[in-house]
Amino acid sequence: MNLIRKSMVVGGVIGLSLTMGLAAQADPDEDQLIIDGQEIVTEVTAAPDSPFETLYSGWRYRSDETQSLQADDFENPAFGAVDQAIEQFEVVEGAAGKSCASCHEGGAEEFAGLRAKLPRWNAEIGKPETLEHIINECRTERMQAEPWKWEAKAMLGMTALIGLQSRGMPVDVQTDGEMTPWFQKGKDLYYTRVGQLDMSCSNCHEDNSGNMIRADHLSQGQINGFPVYRLKWNGLGSIHRRFKGCMDNIRAKPYKRGSDEFVALELYVASRGQGLSVETPAVRN
Amino acid sequence: MSLKSNLMMALFLAAAPTAAWAGTIAPDDVKFEEETIVMSLTGEPGDAARGREVFVNRKLGNCLACHVNAEIKEQLFHGEVGPPLDGVADRWEVPELRAIVVNSKIILGDETIMPSFYRVKNGARTAEKFEGKTILSAQDVEDVVAYLGTLKE
Repeated sequence: MNLIRKSMVVGGVIGLSLTMGLAAQADPDEDQLIIDGQEIVTEVTAAPDSPFETLYSGWRYRSDETQSLQADDFENPAFGAVDQAIEQFEVVEGAAGKSCASCHEGGAEEFAGLRAKLPRWNAEIGKPETLEHIINECRTERMQAEPWKWEAKAMLGMTALIGLQSRGMPVDVQTDGEMTPWFQKGKDLYYTRVGQLDMSCSNCHEDNSGNMIRADHLSQGQINGFPVYRLKWNGLGSIHRRFKGCMDNIRAKPYKRGSDEFVALELYVASRGQGLSVETPAVRN
Repeated sequence: MSLKSNLMMALFLAAAPTAAWAGTIAPDDVKFEEETIVMSLTGEPGDAARGREVFVNRKLGNCLACHVNAEIKEQLFHGEVGPPLDGVADRWEVPELRAIVVNSKIILGDETIMPSFYRVKNGARTAEKFEGKTILSAQDVEDVVAYLGTLKE
């Protein structure tokens, strides 16, 4: 390769990364999400240590059709599962003869604010816990019932119902103190290239957010709307299912749902969305 | 022919497509010269028509995931993660294109998102099904490089 060609290539790469940076800022649409009169914050100025200037909800990258499904709870296909979870909340299960409502007499509304703080530190087990962990701990310890599988319909419905109580509240996860090593572990995972295709989370969701990858509009990979109703799944799915899907796509061996690795990654990715509204249950394609 | 020799023959035939043919360069033996690969990996010129299929196929090149290519109008939704490939053969010589497809990192730098299509060592935790395997075969690479060589404006 001659010198002129080489310097052109270097110039080209720099030019490209500049336009990509601009594109990533410009490409989400300008739509506003208001559900039942409540404004959902889908855009917020990022903290100084963020790789982004502005954080955008994945909602802003979706088509008008998909967006409108989330803007109206009667249209939102996740609400069938939410309604089932409201009934499940009253169902007595397990040797202790209790339902969720036996302890939580105020109903799911008692959990307003919880989703925004997850994953949170659990001093008893010396680890961060996710909403799935919290629900299953109630089931096994207080109800003496069987735990639900991570991706079971009942679990997805219950995480959607409990998450919904925080809708509109800003994501606010703890990343310091006991969480520090977990945050760091999640960050390391985020930037580690994996799989035969040799890509990290950041390759797509940081360097290329706003760009199209085939028919998909790459978002910042925010998780403030989980569990989400994904049209491709024809149902609700968990954060860890989404992580697994990405790892499968790049031909990497995924970590297990509920594993320390995915909990750490959930913490780190949640922290990249600090200040965005909880949108649970969001709709995506 | 005994059952045993039949079996041996069957095993040989099954293994043949992945075995190194005389003239096919194994991934670890590929020689880069000044950020180019001059020699065909198979020792033969590639087939541009088949290369176009490799380019499109989602389980092979899946190149449209990231690149716009106006020559393939019948396919909708071209990605924009990488640069458009219209006229790519005016900007790069074939030995350079071969090097980029084989191991993008050597030419474009370690930070590039582009996969290396003929390299055995890839990211951590590669799924068992793909462990120790290249994304494309030597023949696939030659065919797709032959196709890229036709993209002139």
